[in-house]
Amino acid sequence: MSSLLLMPFFLVAILNLLNTGAVRRYAVVAGIAWSLVQLLWLLFPQSQFSLVGSDFLGRYFPLHLATDGLSVVLLISVGIVGLVTLITGHQTITDEKERFIFINLVLLTMAGLNGLVMVRDLFSLYVYIEVVAVASFVLISLEREKDALEGAFKYLVLSASASMLMLLSIAAILLVCGSTSFDTVNSVLHTAPASPIATLAIALFVGAAFIKGGLVPFHGWLPDAYSSAPAGVSVLLAGIVTKTAGVYTAMRIVASVFGFTPMVKNILLVVGTVSILFGALAALNQKDFRRMLAYSSISQMGYIIIALGTGTALGMAGALFHLFNHAVSKSQLFVNAATVERQTGTRDMTSLGGLGGKMPVTAGTSVVALLSIAGIPPLAGFWSKLIIIIALWQSNHHNYAVIAVVASAITLGYFLLLQRRIFFGKVAPQCDAVKEAGAGLLVPALLLSAIAIGLGVAFPFAVSWFVKVPQSIMNMVAQ
Amino acid sequence: MSGNEVGLLSAAGIIAVVLLFIGFYCILVTRNLIRILIGLEVLSKAITLAIVAVGYATHNVGLSQSLAITVIIIEVFVVAVAAGIVINLYRHHESLDTKNIENLKG
Amino acid sequence: MHWSLDLVLLLVLAGSALWAVMATRLIFSAIGLAFASAVLAVVMFRMASPLAAVIELSVCAGLITAIFISVISLVKHETRGEVEARRGAHLRKYVVLPFLAAILGITLALVTKRQALPQPQALGETDVRNVFWHLRQADLLGQIIMLLVGAFGIVVLFKLRRKT
Repeated sequence: MSSLLLMPFFLVAILNLLNTGAVRRYAVVAGIAWSLVQLLWLLFPQSQFSLVGSDFLGRYFPLHLATDGLSVVLLISVGIVGLVTLITGHQTITDEKERFIFINLVLLTMAGLNGLVMVRDLFSLYVYIEVVAVASFVLISLEREKDALEGAFKYLVLSASASMLMLLSIAAILLVCGSTSFDTVNSVLHTAPASPIATLAIALFVGAAFIKGGLVPFHGWLPDAYSSAPAGVSVLLAGIVTKTAGVYTAMRIVASVFGFTPMVKNILLVVGTVSILFGALAALNQKDFRRMLAYSSISQMGYIIIALGTGTALGMAGALFHLFNHAVSKSQLFVNAATVERQTGTRDMTSLGGLGGKMPVTAGTSVVALLSIAGIPPLAGFWSKLIIIIALWQSNHHNYAVIAVVASAITLGYFLLLQRRIFFGKVAPQCDAVKEAGAGLLVPALLLSAIAIGLGVAFPFAVSWFVKVPQSIMNMVAQ
Repeated sequence: MSGNEVGLLSAAGIIAVVLLFIGFYCILVTRNLIRILIGLEVLSKAITLAIVAVGYATHNVGLSQSLAITVIIIEVFVVAVAAGIVINLYRHHESLDTKNIENLKG
Repeated sequence: MHWSLDLVLLLVLAGSALWAVMATRLIFSAIGLAFASAVLAVVMFRMASPLAAVIELSVCAGLITAIFISVISLVKHETRGEVEARRGAHLRKYVVLPFLAAILGITLALVTKRQALPQPQALGETDVRNVFWHLRQADLLGQIIMLLVGAFGIVVLFKLRRKT
């Protein structure tokens, strides 16, 4: 699968070497085509197209990459969110130069994300996390607005601090294990007695992952970054970047490297719970639509972390599934936020009302996404939340399960109120002249909703696959 | 590992932690955007020292040097982008005071 | 203890980092940082890591210092009077730092005296170039991708015409 890393890189190189006006105008087509290729390779791995293409360059560049169930779910998410980001950004960024740079950076981010989830070495993990982080800083600052620069700077300082902690952890692991590859570290930590250095290293690494993932109490940068970034960039950030750099990292190091020790599980459960509650409650207070979505994201990340904290295969399955659903539905909401912003000129929820009649497609798809996140059947989000709650109950974490259900109810209530005010109900004076957005922004919205609905309806038939995938990962750890 | 190497590793490790402390203190206390970058650089030094010291003590200099070099190169890009953001912030606000970046409610 | 020279070097490193953080004028901070890089390079050279030392010297003491000095020069120049006015308040914030740092260092030195450290594995691969180019190719590719990202970053942040 090394082509997933190399192809976007070469694509960017080619796009920049052929410096004609036509290439710059249609670069987005190349980007979209690449996202589709990535998705095709992952969804049909046995086809001739995939088998030849995905390792096409692997012979010349031996890269020590590997994909397992965890990686595959994320690679698919990267493909979907990348595709949607490219389309949204293309519609919302007006300056031609910025648009071209946007497409290049999104492609490079996708390459970085692909690399992140495929490497099998702690240090390489750091390298790709940084690649994605720096690309994010530049993307957030793309239009050089005052607020965006502020958001980017805060994100940068916190992200760089987290990277330092991660590297300190790697230095300690290098001391204890002599290597940074997942397998070596895993075996050394399992055979050797637990030393304080190793415990410190684990805590540092997990802590760094929490900072990058915007979990409480390290979430300070997240609402600012999500709300001040350009519209297309916020889709990418909320949809996949924070999840991969933070939550995937935590999942990978706990599942494949450090193991599910009681200390780690407790940290995950506590941090997850606090994030769920804080995110849900803080979201109630927001007037800016994107800020509200940012706090909601913190809450949903909490669900994934708490599911990881159960340490069971079912919990892992729930975490993975919820990650994917959130990637789909949160991206959906940010795409629609961009649409609403463009058509109405505001992000202030208090001045919006009755948009349902004026923007039926946007309203409909937003409702689908909000219900999926809140966990309503038959949408996909319902199943992932259900699995998480069952996993918590089964592993005797009854209190946590109850909290998860309560927070879910709060989120649901709030989202229903929100929908009623913004999309249904009386048309606010500001929204009188609003029209529905063009096809460019509606296509990604419809696509994402289709996934949320389709996956939800088809889920009962796909349950076995979803539990089998994490089972193999868990077996690795159990030894 | 000879006593010598243990001693040097411990000393380097302690200085690395002290440097980390200095760096974080600087980032937290300063009200100047550029000084935040200085703090980040001090953190970088701490990490580079730690990695190289560990490699020396475990006779693994090939690996530790590769890691240290990679970290240095990556940090260059982080600092360069950070400097770019700071310059643009300065152009907007005509000041390097961190009070200007507390605009968003966080 | 014939590693006392290294200990002195490490203390100088910590000292110059302190100076870099506490200097009132930013240009002195940048110089302090460059000096710290140089001292660190010497320490690394003495720790059998010559290649890393050279990179540290050229990149950190060279390139990053150049970046800092360019940024500082793009910012409004302060008169001596303004610097003097600022100095008191500025130093008051940092005066406690050297003491805290020293206390931290001494505490750690006392606490970690008798820690058993793990035995080293068999002699690892010592040729950096071998490791870098053959074993860590994923990192290498990551750095190349980072290069492209950085190039775009510089275009966005430094080159594009300023928005009004």
